[in-house]
Amino acid sequence: MFANLMAWIEQRLPLMDAMNKHAAQYPAPKNFNFWYVFGILASVVLVNQLLTGVWLTMNYDPTGDGAFASIEYIMRDVDYGWMLRYMHSTGASAFFVVVYMHMFRGMIYGSYQKPRELLWLFGMLIFLVLMAEAFMGYLLPWGNMSYWGAQVIISIFGAIPIIGDDLTLWIRGDYVISGATLTRFFALHVVALPLVLVVLVFLHILALHEVGSNNPEGTDIKKPKGSVPLEEQSKFQFHEQYTKKYDIVDAIPFHPYYTVKDLVAVVIFLIVFCWVMFFAPEGGGYFMEAPNFEPANGLKTPEHIAPVWYFGPFYTVLRVIPDKLLGAIAMFGAIIMLFLLPWFDRGVVKSLKYRCTAHTINLTQFAICFIVLGALGTMPATPLNNMIGTIASFGYFGFFVALWVYSKNEKTKPVPERVSG
Amino acid sequence: MKKLIRALTFGIIALPLFALASSGGMHLDKAGNDLADKESLKRGFDSYVNYCLGCHQLKYQRYNRTFTDLGISEEEGIAKYLQNGQKPGEHITNTMPAKDAAKWFGSAPPDLTLEARLRPGPDYIYTYLRSFYVDAERPFGVNNKVFKDVGMPHVLQGLQGIRTLDEHGNLTEATGGSMTTEEYDAFARDLANFLEYTAEPNKLEREAMGYWVIGFLFIFLIFAYLLKVEYWRDVH
Repeated sequence: MFANLMAWIEQRLPLMDAMNKHAAQYPAPKNFNFWYVFGILASVVLVNQLLTGVWLTMNYDPTGDGAFASIEYIMRDVDYGWMLRYMHSTGASAFFVVVYMHMFRGMIYGSYQKPRELLWLFGMLIFLVLMAEAFMGYLLPWGNMSYWGAQVIISIFGAIPIIGDDLTLWIRGDYVISGATLTRFFALHVVALPLVLVVLVFLHILALHEVGSNNPEGTDIKKPKGSVPLEEQSKFQFHEQYTKKYDIVDAIPFHPYYTVKDLVAVVIFLIVFCWVMFFAPEGGGYFMEAPNFEPANGLKTPEHIAPVWYFGPFYTVLRVIPDKLLGAIAMFGAIIMLFLLPWFDRGVVKSLKYRCTAHTINLTQFAICFIVLGALGTMPATPLNNMIGTIASFGYFGFFVALWVYSKNEKTKPVPERVSG
Repeated sequence: MKKLIRALTFGIIALPLFALASSGGMHLDKAGNDLADKESLKRGFDSYVNYCLGCHQLKYQRYNRTFTDLGISEEEGIAKYLQNGQKPGEHITNTMPAKDAAKWFGSAPPDLTLEARLRPGPDYIYTYLRSFYVDAERPFGVNNKVFKDVGMPHVLQGLQGIRTLDEHGNLTEATGGSMTTEEYDAFARDLANFLEYTAEPNKLEREAMGYWVIGFLFIFLIFAYLLKVEYWRDVH
């Protein structure tokens, strides 16, 4: 009976075939290391945000008069409302932690290089939408830092010549941030952007499965059909989509091998996540900022307006440049540089292991600059901080320029044909 | 017109209205309060109702929730704390009109439900309550060491007595109040404890649950790891 039903469905919608193609018979390199868990973790956080978001929406009041009180209603009167809210707020920060790690993984192992440029671009679009999603979500508690943080970020668009003022008016729906801004941000945060995000994640995974996963060695697990003797090919069965054209080496099916391995990573991640959620939901004032425990007040500026930590790196780039327009250009430029990374890198060797020493130094200084920029973004803009921020900004942009220069005729180490061990 | 509105808005925003206490680098005494100490919370609740509630509401906190969490029976709570036909399910509010209050004090007294999370915790409240000193230049004749140019009078002066600030920034007692220093410190500790409670009534429940959740995850981790090892035998 059940088998008949499954067959009936399979003839009309090849579900099992899709499952095999994307999980049970999807060839994944067998040598994934620590850095390869963050994609799965990002999916886990995405699901967490979507589910807790649905339940929060049930009790949230998206009006200027009611928003702040409705959050406290959720925290006090809704059963386990506090837990839903902390899962969602901790999830927002966790999302950026895992996404930044995921992106850095791509940079270490050259996962953006040919043929994975489109995969990288989809990933960058996800990052961009995620920033918009987080920014709009941060306004919804309608706390004072929500209000002033949004004020600062929206005013950046005012730097654009000619259309700037009208653009900020259009975004806010008012001359200042008001209930009108809140309701539209709510609509975008809970409906429009999540839809876009889910579609982009879907495309990101489809694009990944089309070109296949990179690995820490940067080798190709798909060899031309007929080039590898049978005994050297992977002993596992893969979907004909992959075996039709290629001989698969050094690969294992994603399911069950990586599902059980990733499960370990997910549990470790959840331990850290739950520790923050249950014992330090404010994240030391970085995940939930103190001024957000009083309602939005257009007459009372917080002493030190800082965007949430995950915007820190880009906010610092904006702030160290005295001219507002140039600052805004630099800030968006910092993100555009990441988009263009596959074309800045003219090298053919993917993994850091087999690239020139200059690349290791360059990537290390980039990581340090990124962290320094992030830390500065949460601190007041003192002259010393601005000086350090300027140096770090040069380091950030310098990474791409240097990469473009040395990657042309790079002295690389020989890349093995196969994954050893 | 648009420019005018914007200029006005920013003009108002820029007005130095009510000085914010600076939290950066200020020295705070340790309150040493204990959220699990229900007697302390009850004393804090009593003191709050007697000395603070007249001006400062707790408009996100309900009476009956407070009764339950502090171990006060509903009958006792209704008899002792509710007036003018208030219902136990109502929020802890007062009848001071915000508009008038703003006129009297320069700014309406803020709601204190979340004060312990808005400021650096119960230590701040504990220190604040013990940091008033005589300052003839202020409208109410007092100032505060941790909240410069505070807009409220020293309501607890009768209990604490009057203190002065010397040139080294130390507070010394000029006239004693009805309480000894130790009694007053205990009074401030109970109030700070109560306000830490109202800022997040679920805090103890949250932490208690956290141990169970993380304990479960550690056990789950063992099985998840064994499952991984078992499956990966095929690979190696």
